[in-house]
Amino acid sequence: MASYNEILTQVYKVLTPFAKDEEPLAEETGLVADLGLDSMQVMRLLLEIEDYFDISIPVNILPDIRTIGDLTRQLEKLVNEG
Amino acid sequence: MTIFDKFKGLEAARASLQEAGIDPFNLTLDRIFSATEAEIRGRRTILAGTNNYLGLTFDPECIEASVNAVREQGTGTTGSRMANGTFAGHVALEREFAEFYGQRAAIVFSTGYIANLAMLSTLAGPDDTILLDADSHASIYDGCRLGGAKVVRFRHNDTQDLEKRLRRLGEQASRTLIVAEGIYSMLGDVAPLAEIAAIKKTYGAWLLVDEAHSLGILGRQGRGLAEEVGVEADVDFIVGTFSKSLGATGGYCVSNHPELDAIRYAGRPYIFTASPSPSVIASTRKSLQLLRARPELRTRLWDNAHTLYSRLSELGFTLGPQVSPVVAVRLRDKSQAFAAWKQLLEQGIYVNLILPPAAPEGGALLRCSLSAAHTPEQLDRIMEAFATLQTALAAHSA
Repeated sequence: MASYNEILTQVYKVLTPFAKDEEPLAEETGLVADLGLDSMQVMRLLLEIEDYFDISIPVNILPDIRTIGDLTRQLEKLVNEG
Repeated sequence: MTIFDKFKGLEAARASLQEAGIDPFNLTLDRIFSATEAEIRGRRTILAGTNNYLGLTFDPECIEASVNAVREQGTGTTGSRMANGTFAGHVALEREFAEFYGQRAAIVFSTGYIANLAMLSTLAGPDDTILLDADSHASIYDGCRLGGAKVVRFRHNDTQDLEKRLRRLGEQASRTLIVAEGIYSMLGDVAPLAEIAAIKKTYGAWLLVDEAHSLGILGRQGRGLAEEVGVEADVDFIVGTFSKSLGATGGYCVSNHPELDAIRYAGRPYIFTASPSPSVIASTRKSLQLLRARPELRTRLWDNAHTLYSRLSELGFTLGPQVSPVVAVRLRDKSQAFAAWKQLLEQGIYVNLILPPAAPEGGALLRCSLSAAHTPEQLDRIMEAFATLQTALAAHSA
């Protein structure tokens, strides 16, 4: 079991290299809209998170993930259902 | 706000191509001279990016079969397979594919894209999982979207990652369809299919292999990668296309599972589209015969692939990881690749320009596909054009 905050901390850690100086990472930060991640970067980011939590993130849920908070909520479900 | 807002980025990209005077994604072949030559923008051009692997599009026997079919059966079926669109030729071609593969049955579809759409959307339902190679073709991804299965990717050609994900699936592994391709279309690399088949057996999963770019290219009889590595018995479904080595348009799936026939009643992409025209079926039946009767075509294709791959390596280009009829030249970025593509075209050589996200691992590609019909003189011209290009690239980066 991992709490929402534990997962959020890990997501921040993975995303830190993509953060822009003037905008600290927050739950409302958009992965594409604010951080400007392209599809390849999103793919690499997800692989890293999958390995860390030992889960597989289904492609089907990706359209519902726009922000760091969205991602964390989906991860919370996946981590705790496994 | 309008429904067209989403196209603004595309419009900007297209406008910049138009400023450059040519749109690589909207090119017209004004006259076709042969399987390997056409007139493009007023210039006789060698075609080195058309997936016409065996060069059968102008084979006299295929053309004669096609012309006769038009005369005898008309120009189109005007119906789907489920209604009035199943002619004797469709059934005969299905029988011939099944016999060629030594499998119980085959289904013919209107295109290779539709074959994947039908198989993936229908085979795996909401209670199933599809585990696909991350570099899978768009038709595979779209088939997954059309169905209701959970879709998980594994790292390209990484069998450890595949096994890890099957392990994570637990009991669900027995309701999981693994999807891989024979030869991957962008870099020309081959799936580690023997290992994938072994993993599939260990976990009790199912396996579908898309042999679109390996039919007629790999295997002693030309059946593809599964034949080449001796795992045909472990592959549950083989999907392929007529539009590459068979020189027409259409798709197929072969399988030993009797349930394959259910796709005819449950697969929307099979049911709700018109069937292939009689002329297409006739030329495909003939080209399948020729694929089997002329193994020398395969030999010539591989000779051409080795020649081009070696020469481009010697010139210092960074290529895909292994020799295959798809020879991918990696370039730094979009603008360098576009300029290089344009230069080749101006020298009378057509190849495919591949930009992100279609190019795997970022960067951009000039993708060549060889044909058995390429002559030594044509290969020389292709290689000379790349040598000139390499000189220009070196001068630019100096």
